[in-house]
Amino acid sequence: MNLKIPYFPGCTLKSHARNFEISALKSAEKLGIEMVELPRWNCCGAVSSVASDDLMKHLAPVRNFIRVEEMNERGLVEDEYRLLTLCSMCFNTLKRTNLRVKSNPEELKSINEFMYKEKDYEGKVDVIHFFELLREMGFDMVRDAVVNPLKGLRLAPYYGCLLLRPKGVGIDDPESPTIMEEFISSLGAAPVSDWEARSRCCGSYHTVSNKRVVVNSIRGIIENARKHGADAIITSCPLCAFNLDRRQEEIVKGNNDFKPMPILYFTQVMAIAFGFDERVTGLEENYIDPKPLFTKKKLVVGGGS
Amino acid sequence: MARKIVLTRHNVEFRREVEKISGEPIGMCDQCGVCSGSCPFTEEMELTPSNVMRKAQLGLVEVMEANTIWICASCYNCMARCPRGLDLSKVMEALRQISLRRAIDSIDIDNLDEDELRELPPIALVGAFRKLTG
Amino acid sequence: MERKMIGVYILGEYFKVPEGSTILTALEYAGFQLKRGVGCREGFCGACATLYREKGEYKLRGGLACQTVVTEGMTIARIPFVPAERANYDINKLKPDVNTFAELYPSVFRCVSCNTCTKICPQEINVMDYIQDVIRGDIASAAITSFDCIRCGLCALRCPAEIVQFNIAILAQRLYGKYLAPRSPELEERIKEIEEGKFDAEIKRLKGLCREELVREYYAREIEIS
Repeated sequence: MNLKIPYFPGCTLKSHARNFEISALKSAEKLGIEMVELPRWNCCGAVSSVASDDLMKHLAPVRNFIRVEEMNERGLVEDEYRLLTLCSMCFNTLKRTNLRVKSNPEELKSINEFMYKEKDYEGKVDVIHFFELLREMGFDMVRDAVVNPLKGLRLAPYYGCLLLRPKGVGIDDPESPTIMEEFISSLGAAPVSDWEARSRCCGSYHTVSNKRVVVNSIRGIIENARKHGADAIITSCPLCAFNLDRRQEEIVKGNNDFKPMPILYFTQVMAIAFGFDERVTGLEENYIDPKPLFTKKKLVVGGGS
Repeated sequence: MARKIVLTRHNVEFRREVEKISGEPIGMCDQCGVCSGSCPFTEEMELTPSNVMRKAQLGLVEVMEANTIWICASCYNCMARCPRGLDLSKVMEALRQISLRRAIDSIDIDNLDEDELRELPPIALVGAFRKLTG
Repeated sequence: MERKMIGVYILGEYFKVPEGSTILTALEYAGFQLKRGVGCREGFCGACATLYREKGEYKLRGGLACQTVVTEGMTIARIPFVPAERANYDINKLKPDVNTFAELYPSVFRCVSCNTCTKICPQEINVMDYIQDVIRGDIASAAITSFDCIRCGLCALRCPAEIVQFNIAILAQRLYGKYLAPRSPELEERIKEIEEGKFDAEIKRLKGLCREELVREYYAREIEIS
């Protein structure tokens, strides 16, 4: 497998979620995927504007799609118009705008004319999430690359809102998704299936000015995961990760008998299963320390591949 | 306990603005309540999502005074389940925009907690500012 | 010699000014005495920010009055000041990371990548690019990209997200200079030598020379070209 694909990191993967990016890049490499970062990319906006008339908010995603088309013209990738994302929010926002402008030629024309300093976006790009790429390649490829099967580790897949909704944008059935469960199984771990809170909103951007909403939400999510036997929760979104992980501090503050739960990016567990060490898995940057969990399960972290 | 409401042209205009910005035929909502049941933050809201829809149908501007539209986190659970295929998330967005486009922000960027600002990831700030400021 | 005159509109009023004038000299020819919005006249200080339109064009353009040559039918408005507060900080207490900007200039996260700032910049700086660099936490790139900024203020004036780009540029540049820029060992060496008095005698001697001797020594100095 040798694939060179345009890759959109999103702002937070370059600062707070460096461990998400590094573990992804290295794991992808092991699978024969070269993720080529978009040159001169800009912030996608994190949230989608769903108003009927707010074209300005769609400029940022379209500018990124133009970069993908430019990458092809410049030979940085060859005939590859899929744009790979890791962050659920970037995925959702970019894909929603893409679908909108591709089905609204008048809007696309306005946007192209407004951005007269750029070449026109021709509508060639398709936005995909990393899970979709893995599903397309087949999870057997992932299984074959595992050197350190995560036996005995029960992982709860936290989809959050934006990987599944709305239909047409989501990567799986919003009510009965299976893609993350398949991913977890391919690493040798045991997925927690059918837990009620798996796609319940973590509170998202309320973490900025209405922390309480987030803390209440994550408490419910974590307890639900725990009720279903989860050892840890995996996620694909730096905002969910911040809310689920960092905000546990607020629960612990008022509550001595709350047992913290490790929160990991799905690429971190993949990197562990692929045998990478701390420089790649980045477990030091997780707020609730996941290392004791791996020690307890007698799973090696690092010193492989 | 019945409440008497007198509707005027202002109510009709308000409803039209909501319909225009959202692009949704809000008259189609039959108040089944599935959205309120699906919303993860209903308990935090002063008006339930279906209540907001009802007030929007009547063009009642008072719907802007409730915290509902600002507690909404755009999680799309409501519209994913609406049996009539209505997109309540667009109605929520339209109501927020009516305030934001008049430069009335829901959060005060100039006075956020400094300790929080030292910790928050960019994704949180970008998302919050897009949804809650104009 | 007859100089060709062309017509321009200054704050809506029509004036005939010599062809080839800059906006600044055109204003003065028209009789305006400039007390604000004028400075070095060399395109370096950023005081004379101006918005203008060319005849028959819809585009709004931004430029420095001292550098922009007038054209027939140009409409001109001066922007002597752009309102903006500067954040108060102690550079010694800051970290060169994205959260420093979150704390001091949170409005930067409102950027919608519309590129309006880049379009209006009279210095042809990629303003949107350096703002995006800041959002990504790439302070070094932001500092280098914004290097030519002369704080004319036009970007901040036009920005729909109400970001004050030039203040952010200053912070990025200061953080870069203090924490991120590569250090020059030669400079450290030289500063030490100066402090140790290695050049004291030489300076004393030069101060004692008269003007002609100074000029002669100046033009006869050794120039190393590497």
